[in-house]
Amino acid sequence: MVELDHVVEEVLKVINDNGFSQKGAFNLRQNGTSICHGDSEHIKIKKKTDKPGIDIYIDGDTKGEKVYIPVVVSVSGMTDLVYNDFYIADGADVTIVAGCGIHNSGCNESRHDGVHTFHVGKNANVCYQEKHYGEGNGTGGRVLNPVTNIYVGENSVFNLDTAQIKGVDSTVRETLVEMDKNSRLYVTERLMTEGDQTAESNIEVRLNGEDSSAQIISRSVGKGNSVQTFHPKAVGNNKCQAHIQCDSIIMDHAEIGSIPEIRARDLNAAIIHEAAIGRINDEQLLKLRTLGLTEEEAESVIIENFLN
Amino acid sequence: MEDNGAKKCLLDHISFQVDDGEMLVITGPNGGGKSTLAKVLIGIEKAESGKIFLNGEDITDYDINHRANAGIGYAFQQPPRFKGMTVQRLLALAAGREMSDQECCKLLSDVGLCAEEYLNRQIDGTLSGGEMKRIEIATVLAKEHTLCIFDEPEAGIDLWSFSMLIHKFEEIHKEKKQSLIVISHQEKIISMADRIMVIDDGKIKAEGLKEDVLPCLNGLDKCHTCAGKAGVRA
Repeated sequence: MVELDHVVEEVLKVINDNGFSQKGAFNLRQNGTSICHGDSEHIKIKKKTDKPGIDIYIDGDTKGEKVYIPVVVSVSGMTDLVYNDFYIADGADVTIVAGCGIHNSGCNESRHDGVHTFHVGKNANVCYQEKHYGEGNGTGGRVLNPVTNIYVGENSVFNLDTAQIKGVDSTVRETLVEMDKNSRLYVTERLMTEGDQTAESNIEVRLNGEDSSAQIISRSVGKGNSVQTFHPKAVGNNKCQAHIQCDSIIMDHAEIGSIPEIRARDLNAAIIHEAAIGRINDEQLLKLRTLGLTEEEAESVIIENFLN
Repeated sequence: MEDNGAKKCLLDHISFQVDDGEMLVITGPNGGGKSTLAKVLIGIEKAESGKIFLNGEDITDYDINHRANAGIGYAFQQPPRFKGMTVQRLLALAAGREMSDQECCKLLSDVGLCAEEYLNRQIDGTLSGGEMKRIEIATVLAKEHTLCIFDEPEAGIDLWSFSMLIHKFEEIHKEKKQSLIVISHQEKIISMADRIMVIDDGKIKAEGLKEDVLPCLNGLDKCHTCAGKAGVRA
């Protein structure tokens, strides 16, 4: 077992809710290098030979197993680019816990660009959890630009749960999902920005297969002078259903934009988009204050639950 | 008080007392000032003059959360919705501590909800007005208070749940000996009161023991018999 330094351990505690341990299938990447990895009976991880990154093979007998692939960047001035490809066999049932934390105590920009591609077979059930986080008292920026490509096979279910809660100065998130017959997609995106942080999220879902369905829920909170832009897009290429819901709480001098796009190329495509941006509701604050919470506590509870 | 930016006298010379374990029902026409009075008591609205005491302590300058922590529970007439917050989380916040599934289920059952179905439900637009109202009442029941204020608890609740609610008020009133102020138009609730206060046009029109005020409620202006006993201020 590889001994981890204090910074890495603390970052892992934040980005992996249930804790990271060097057991089962896992791969921990720190500052551009895989520092430890393990396979399980049904999940094998192989290092790429042509570019940085790993290939993760999840066989069809995988049932309810978790694989951890966290990334930590703790050197100021580093740009880490990684390509991770997931091959999920027919019938597999797996949870993939990713996440990236940047600890920057220096004056140079630290950046992680993760390109993740999922090849999901038929009748599979995949849950992908990704938490992004930044910390450190340096003046250098903390930048995360994830690219996620997902190909969901027939009758498969894909849950994409992403959260960027704190400390990331700039992010541009690109997500593309291609859906086959009768597949289902659930996307939950949670984002909070503060200070002068900027965040942009572009999600495109192509519902190609008959009876495919997608639900995209995006919740965000913008504080300080931060700027957020959302561009969710659902394209119905067949008989399908899609529902996009974007809710944002705006605070201080923040700026939030939501630019939806829904496009149908089939008479039986049903696609809905809802978007709302607004300040914290006064009635909510009052209710929580009548329970004994201060205004600050009430505000924090509202944000925490809204993003939960 | 300020009402839509203009100075208006919404409550005038309101003075009353609720004794330990007493149930006071405030009734009267819509727009008469009942809910405003309740909001003044919890601190949501501020009165320009006057004093409010709780157990002898002057709480006039306390803000909302201090009044809540001092022992006032308050149920909104139209409770707000919270996207992302579960029913169980709200009840825990109301109780001021973590609550087990069993404790939450008991509270929800007390207000007529099939408990287990609701614990992880979000308090959002998927809940009906009646469900919201019952959860709101459960938030007040989650903690022991010196004084509980309910603003039209019957509104939006079906008859079956209403009977359970009445039973719960009786329990708070008679067994727990908590003081209660209930704003209501509902005959069954009014008849549970120890004392009744009628507010109209921002003023107390009548106040007294239930048996003295109740007979006058249907014709307050014409009532002469109870004037002496109930202190009718026509």
